[in-house]
Amino acid sequence: MPLLENGQIVQDGWTLVEDGQPLPDGDILLPLSRLSEGLGRNGKGRLGIVLKPDERVSDLKEALPRLDLVSLNFPIFRDGRAFTQARSLREHLHFTGAVRVTGHFLPDQYEFLLRCGVSQLVIPEQSDPAVWQQAHERITVAYQPSVLNERPEGFAFRRFLTP
Amino acid sequence: MPHSPQPPADVGRYAYDAVDRTFLKQRVEQFRDQVQRRISGALSEDEFKPLRLMNGLYLQLHAYMLRVAIPYGIVSANQMRTLAHIARRYDRDYGHFTTRQNIQFNWIRLEDAPDILNILADAEMHAIQTSGNCIRNVTSDQFAGAARDEVLDPRVHAEILRQWSTLHPEFTFLPRKFKIAISGSVQDRVAARFHDIGLLARKGENGRAVFEVYVGGGLGRTPVIGVKLRDDLPEEDLIAYLEAVLRVYNAYGRRDNIYKARIKILVQALGLGAFRDEVNAEFMAMDRSRYRLQPEVVAAIRARFATPVFEDASAGTAQLAAQTKADPAFATWVGTNTHPHQQDGYCSVTISCKPAGGIPGDVTSAQMDLLADLADQYSFGELRITHLQNVVLGHVRKDNLFALWQVLSANGLGTANIGMITDIIACPGLDYCALANARSIPIAQKLSQRFSNAALQQEIGALRLNISGCINACGHHHAGHIGILGVDKRGEEAFQITLGGNSGEDASIGQIIGSAMSEDETVDAIARIVDTYLVQRKPGERFIETCRRLGAAPFKDAAYATA
Repeated sequence: MPLLENGQIVQDGWTLVEDGQPLPDGDILLPLSRLSEGLGRNGKGRLGIVLKPDERVSDLKEALPRLDLVSLNFPIFRDGRAFTQARSLREHLHFTGAVRVTGHFLPDQYEFLLRCGVSQLVIPEQSDPAVWQQAHERITVAYQPSVLNERPEGFAFRRFLTP
Repeated sequence: MPHSPQPPADVGRYAYDAVDRTFLKQRVEQFRDQVQRRISGALSEDEFKPLRLMNGLYLQLHAYMLRVAIPYGIVSANQMRTLAHIARRYDRDYGHFTTRQNIQFNWIRLEDAPDILNILADAEMHAIQTSGNCIRNVTSDQFAGAARDEVLDPRVHAEILRQWSTLHPEFTFLPRKFKIAISGSVQDRVAARFHDIGLLARKGENGRAVFEVYVGGGLGRTPVIGVKLRDDLPEEDLIAYLEAVLRVYNAYGRRDNIYKARIKILVQALGLGAFRDEVNAEFMAMDRSRYRLQPEVVAAIRARFATPVFEDASAGTAQLAAQTKADPAFATWVGTNTHPHQQDGYCSVTISCKPAGGIPGDVTSAQMDLLADLADQYSFGELRITHLQNVVLGHVRKDNLFALWQVLSANGLGTANIGMITDIIACPGLDYCALANARSIPIAQKLSQRFSNAALQQEIGALRLNISGCINACGHHHAGHIGILGVDKRGEEAFQITLGGNSGEDASIGQIIGSAMSEDETVDAIARIVDTYLVQRKPGERFIETCRRLGAAPFKDAAYATA
């Protein structure tokens, strides 16, 4: 499925490895349960971890400096736990790698995702990136701080959402 | 975007600037696009629903309902005229004040909703987050900035919370709705202990606010009295601490069952100690400097509120005494419908939206226009909607009360029943709501009529009567001294009675006294309960006190006694 990053559709070079499958070379995404196994695979590619909505971000704390990607999931767009997971990765654990979301979410949530620190979105086939870009540009001010540390607008907590 | 020159500020409410107005217009266009995408099929109804809910649009039994936010209950005279216009042009010429100090319009067409939101935006109003699983409109004391027993005007902090919670990136898809109330008075008039978060503000060092924080209260299917989470939250940590609470809730609140999804269930499941530990861990881990509420920010928000310029009206107190002596009906109204003011010669007036036999909280567009005019004439152009579904003029000179009362009385707004048995809270019920089991409005009207005699109401004294049409408890029946709960009894509408609820500092949850009865039987049963109180009470004892002293048994016997 298309991967949206910085407003562009980009090539997804990561391989999702399910439970029980052998670890291939290259950039791989593993479930949390295979974290130590993945960390033991030194030098054969980058490592990412898939975190389920009910798994704790803090379980990645020790490993995080060696991870390049954390993938979060929306079982349905109304289930907002990934917002808190993403924000925790950035704010508490100072994770600077990619934060990816998969599953069911809407362009109307794009700005919220970005402001919580999500940097990659797996979006449905045939998606038009222009729709997401429009959603991103529609509202130009925010009323609270976020992990993006946007430019303060000058009054109270207001922030500019445009560069 | 440069800051525009300060617009003339309204008394009691935050004045928007160009940035705030631009934001609202962008939000309206975003919603207009969402409506188009729904109509074109690009959005499914399932996907559209939370988006429209967060713009206040709710699908009822017969039509869409639009719930317009009235932040901390304050509305200017001109804003009230805008609401009257919407009632006339887009609804059936009336609106309904809600228990969250908002106003609902019950007969809205989906296609009109973006235009209505645009009209609201022109008046610095919106419907953002008046529904949906997000942080809802923050409620506050209807006598804020006026009450003699106030220690701190809570509206500045309510506005700070309104702004912070508006389109919050992390907390807009919570497990369930989230309601915050804030009071700055010794007497809790906001039902702080029946909110997801209740904040009681007091003055700390250097005049900065300190907050008592209650969590996990609420009514609904599982009524719970909130518990104290913090006693001494400094103002500068207000936002950071609420972020911490919301993060714990967003991460761990249940999502498998909407009836178990409120924060009260999480607090109960973890236990207060463990919940507090989670909040504190989050609070310690977060970048608190990012969320610190600096004195300059509080001051900047405060500067957007105009304050009334009071005159020397102290002579009015003697004049009022003479007028009340001369006119007993006026004296009764002054006794029930006014509240002590900080300023000599002034008082706050509660205008009853509960006339005898009326629908609680409903007002016509003509009444809205009149209320706006009266606010301009007598109360610095400012009105407040109360969570008890009435309207307050905050700052009225005592020597103007008689003239005000005469105009109100001539327009169906002069009922002297605030805090009395006919000051009924009722949800919209089965007349409008798809969730309801029974109609709340007809039984409210019958009870209002039954007890309409002013002398009888005076004799009964303070009594809170709340009616919900189903167990979702939008009419707060558990918090009523007497509560009525609509149920479905083998396909028929029926009603259970609860006794002993209260929403103040000594909050309690009303308990069901027995099996459900028909509408007319319930009205008669309540009359017998009230008669029992009148016979059994000790001198000076209020209904709730007699109830607590005697327990439910004598009232239950009376309720089910057949003639």
